[in-house]
Amino acid sequence: MLLKLAWRNIWKNRKRTLITAASIVFAVLLATVMSSVTEGVLYKLQDNVVSFYSGAIQVHKNGYWDDQSLDNSMLINDTLINQLNDHESIHGVIKRLESFALSASEEHTRGCMVVGIEPEAEPIVTKLDNKVSEGEYLTADDKQVLVAEGLAEYLGLGVGDTLVIIGQGYHGINAADKYPIKGLLHFASPDLNKRMVYLPIKLAQQLYGAPDRVTALVLAIDDVNEADKLETELSKIISDKYEIMGWKELMPELNQMLQNERGENVVFLMVLYILIAFGIFGTVLMMTLERQYEFGVLVAIGMRRFKLSIQIILENIFISLLGAAIGTLISIPVVVYFHLYPIEVGGSLQKIYEEWGFEPIYYFSVEPFIFYKQTLIVLIIALVISVYPLLKILELDPVTAMRT
Amino acid sequence: MKDDNHKNCVIHTEELSKIYDEGAVPVKAVNNVHLHIEKGEFTALVGPSGSGKTTLLNLLGGLDTPTSGKVWIHGKDLSTLSKNKLIDFRLHNIGFVFQAYNLIPVLTARENIEFVMLLQKESKKERKDRIEQLLKETGLEDQGDKKPSELSGGQQQRVAVARALASKPQFVLADEPTANLDSKTAGNLLDMMAKLNKDEGMTFIFSTHDQRVIDRARRVITLVDGAISNDEVRDTNKVTT
Repeated sequence: MLLKLAWRNIWKNRKRTLITAASIVFAVLLATVMSSVTEGVLYKLQDNVVSFYSGAIQVHKNGYWDDQSLDNSMLINDTLINQLNDHESIHGVIKRLESFALSASEEHTRGCMVVGIEPEAEPIVTKLDNKVSEGEYLTADDKQVLVAEGLAEYLGLGVGDTLVIIGQGYHGINAADKYPIKGLLHFASPDLNKRMVYLPIKLAQQLYGAPDRVTALVLAIDDVNEADKLETELSKIISDKYEIMGWKELMPELNQMLQNERGENVVFLMVLYILIAFGIFGTVLMMTLERQYEFGVLVAIGMRRFKLSIQIILENIFISLLGAAIGTLISIPVVVYFHLYPIEVGGSLQKIYEEWGFEPIYYFSVEPFIFYKQTLIVLIIALVISVYPLLKILELDPVTAMRT
Repeated sequence: MKDDNHKNCVIHTEELSKIYDEGAVPVKAVNNVHLHIEKGEFTALVGPSGSGKTTLLNLLGGLDTPTSGKVWIHGKDLSTLSKNKLIDFRLHNIGFVFQAYNLIPVLTARENIEFVMLLQKESKKERKDRIEQLLKETGLEDQGDKKPSELSGGQQQRVAVARALASKPQFVLADEPTANLDSKTAGNLLDMMAKLNKDEGMTFIFSTHDQRVIDRARRVITLVDGAISNDEVRDTNKVTT
């Protein structure tokens, strides 16, 4: 009966109910679209940055991250590789041997990051083969290197020229050799563009006097958002001789930036929710004042205040859910459309995005939580606002109420 | 009045007073009223406007709390009941009929009658049987599915009476029940209530200015400035029927 009464009551003043519901519809629509684009853009950004270099998860010898020296490199055994490959979320384990060195041409020198990679496997995470701007990508048996465009330009080298690498190898041995440049790489990130050198891992092990050793295993996974969960799972099964690090630890600045972006979005959404709250509160306020007489009669004939409060809460919930449901229903095709056909950024903004290595595209996320979160929040707002009529009803004196 | 006597009557009050102290001068709306209402009475509270009729009804119905004095309903001292207990007590013991009908506008006549029985948690069968019986008794057999806005004033007041009786109360308090009705409709309503009083022994207490109600009452209590100035029990044969 309370449900029936509440449902019919909200239609007693049809115009007011529709106006309130409409305000909720627009706010939910706006909030959903905003959340979708924010999450979509941030997810893509996170995915892009993670796949630039680090990957979502890395496994090192314990202590390597704090002291990134070849002396902290590791020999890989089959047990570890099998444990990683057996996990359903991991679809690739990529070996790297990396160390800083001095790169040189005839006239210039510059510090660089020399990375030994498995040429066939590396593109799974970093799509390195797509970044070749001139020349060719590596094969496993090559005795050549790939050099980032910025570094090659500084050194005055091109494809076919020779790059000299001088550094310190495993256990302090001298590491020096010269390699023909097979290709140049273009990275969107200026930082990577001026310091990266890639060569096959066997060649790198030879250069650094570290046969069969690697500094990192990079894990290829489908969804970067699963990294935290996977990291926890792996920590339980992998020996504590190894450290397992997710991208949030590998790139704390990126994580902080994403959190800040989400925080800004929350502020915007808060403003929207406050608008929704005022819309609902206006209705509740009018309804509470208008219906004092009715409340008085109901209490007089024997309806407990608690039941009456439940009825009023139900009315608020009905109006809010109605608005939230319609808003969500309208937002679904909008968000799905932009998910399928993302908005491409043009002009100078496109250049800025590309310079920073981000795709100049506004992606829209269709994660279910984006939709049900709005409904849930509107519902909570309705419940919080219901406190007002509830207090009015709890202090209601039927005689006074029936005099109004 | 001794306690034993409270238990045998429907309503009993002792030194009942209600003083409003909101203005510069306190107003005694009900002043030291001693009242004793027996089962089956058909009583009218009369008096000029502001004489305290409605306030007295509110006190008798437990809607208002007295400044001093006490009200016993079937021997139960209302002042001993908590707010919620008092609401439950009203639900099970007192039927209310208001001047402005006060039906729930979004419910049909049948649902309005059913409402109090739902609050009482009566079974579905009990509710159904009682609704049909009350609709028949109030002459509304064909109007059960109409909403209040689709009924005339007289019909709405009949639904209000049916709602008041639905909870099988000890007595019905009616505050100016005919004030908004035309002469014929008021007459019909009073006939119906008189019949319920006669056939089922239902106790009715009205506050009224309406001479038609006063003419039919078997007891007329006159209030002046909140105090009982006259309490007339009439010869049943002289009452207009």
